Amino acid sequence: MTTTELAIEVQDLHKRYGDTHAVDGVDLAVARGEVFALLGPNGAGKTTTVEILEGFRHRDAGEISVLGTDPGKPTGQWRSRIGIVLQTTGGHDELTVEELVRHFAGYYPDVRDPDEVIRAVGLDEKRRTRSRHLSGGQRRRLDVALGILGRPELLFLDEPTTGFDPEARHEFWELIDGLAHGGTTIILTTHYLDEAEHLADRVGVIAAGRILAVDTPERLGGRAESEATVSWQEDGERRHVVTGEPTAAVQQLAARFRGEIPGLAITRPSLEEIYLRLIGEYEAADRTEQP
Amino acid sequence: MTTDARLTGTPKGAIRAPARPSALRLGVSRAKLELKAFFRERDALIFAFFFPIIMLAIFSVVFGREGIGPDAEIDFTQYFLPGMIAAGIMLVSFQTLAITIAIERDDGTLKRLLGTPMPPVAYFLGKIGLVLVTSIAQTALLLAYAALMYGVDLPTEPARWLTFGWVFLLGAAAGTVLGIAFSSVPKSARSAPAVVTTPMLILQFISGVFFVFNDLPTWLQQIASIFPLKWLAQGMRSVFLPREFEQLEVSGSWQHGLTAVILAVWLILGLIMCIRTFRWQRRDAG
Repeated sequence: MTTTELAIEVQDLHKRYGDTHAVDGVDLAVARGEVFALLGPNGAGKTTTVEILEGFRHRDAGEISVLGTDPGKPTGQWRSRIGIVLQTTGGHDELTVEELVRHFAGYYPDVRDPDEVIRAVGLDEKRRTRSRHLSGGQRRRLDVALGILGRPELLFLDEPTTGFDPEARHEFWELIDGLAHGGTTIILTTHYLDEAEHLADRVGVIAAGRILAVDTPERLGGRAESEATVSWQEDGERRHVVTGEPTAAVQQLAARFRGEIPGLAITRPSLEEIYLRLIGEYEAADRTEQP
Repeated sequence: MTTDARLTGTPKGAIRAPARPSALRLGVSRAKLELKAFFRERDALIFAFFFPIIMLAIFSVVFGREGIGPDAEIDFTQYFLPGMIAAGIMLVSFQTLAITIAIERDDGTLKRLLGTPMPPVAYFLGKIGLVLVTSIAQTALLLAYAALMYGVDLPTEPARWLTFGWVFLLGAAAGTVLGIAFSSVPKSARSAPAVVTTPMLILQFISGVFFVFNDLPTWLQQIASIFPLKWLAQGMRSVFLPREFEQLEVSGSWQHGLTAVILAVWLILGLIMCIRTFRWQRRDAG
């Protein structure tokens, strides 16, 4: 197995529900070992796309290969190489964390130690708690535990940290970083741009069933080339210049202040700003197309 | 989510994968899980598992030691025992499965299972195991309760227990497949209990579980004769009532042959419906 091999390859994927073109010609290539985040507004086609890749929904057209298999014809052997954390949580209300993790471990040919997994998702103190008594965030951790039990080569995470407090989110990121470090390919959908920026090697922005842009979080939508904002404190107020040459601007300021510049900050647009711009531009173009 | 837990092992290779666990073993493991969940779920326990015992207790309080039969030789408790056994079998098979599977489909349990390498047959084996264990335990409890509390005489002839065996198994099997099939009828988890228990309750009233079947109007008897519960109850009466009661049946016979045929037809129909209609996801999923 080489790292250049593709874990997921999608060409011209289409899916309609009645008159709605939920997925409208999506192309996607995700390398093995990559962490790929799919971003987009609600109803953009994220979950439909991901659920087609997971083998839960049928496509209308398009070529797909997930770990070398067509997910339209899922086999048990293929399923044992994939981990899924669904967008919705729930079920198995009367069973405890430990009972569920141990039971699900029985489904996989090559499993992680259930105790280790329970500890890793931070549910050690809740192992004897029935899942109906878990908080939303704890239930989500249980979902993650069940998703990673079988040492998946490919892990799908559909909005995994919804309902997490910031601390739980950071702990979750560490867990995912660890899995990614070990070579697990990860497909993530999320509404949290900081989450995508932290975890993803590349992000794809999807709207109305189409991919608008795919790049690293640093370069998405020309982010790396965008002008920087240099700001500082002067005469009791905040001043700033927007420039393509922030270094030169700082040198001039340093010369003017003869040394330390009060309150100096250099910022480029955040991933969130770039994302909102991409979606905004798309919606504006869409409106002029179909008035 | 601590970092010291070592979860960073390399994913396994695609070429050499260890053998997957067998469907039979997973079926047994699922049955154990289903049983744990069943006995922790208060609603199912009261309205399916203990319901026939509660009803039998109420009947014996209401009717006391009043006699029934040609020479009033047995009391109402003994007379209604076979009907309660039959109803109990349908409750833990048909009613329990139809409701719980509808809920499992709605809350995503089935979808989650579909996303694992669990062989689908293991899920159904688990449900069969659940019905077998709960229905045997329930019948044993009913018989013990009737024998100890009301001194009901249980049959001693092996032939009667043989009849009991095939009627029980055919009834439970038909109830199981019909319950799995009927789980697709409720539109949501919220509506499932009402959608399932109402027809079940009506069937119990018209199938000779709560009333003497003979006393019902003929047209109601004919409607009841379409459904399996009437035949299951009649089969159980043939096991637990004295021989003279055969002449009290509408046809004047226990109709064992017809009972076997009708239960078997429902079993086959149910199987076909399961295969054609079973879905692992809610119907709004494409």
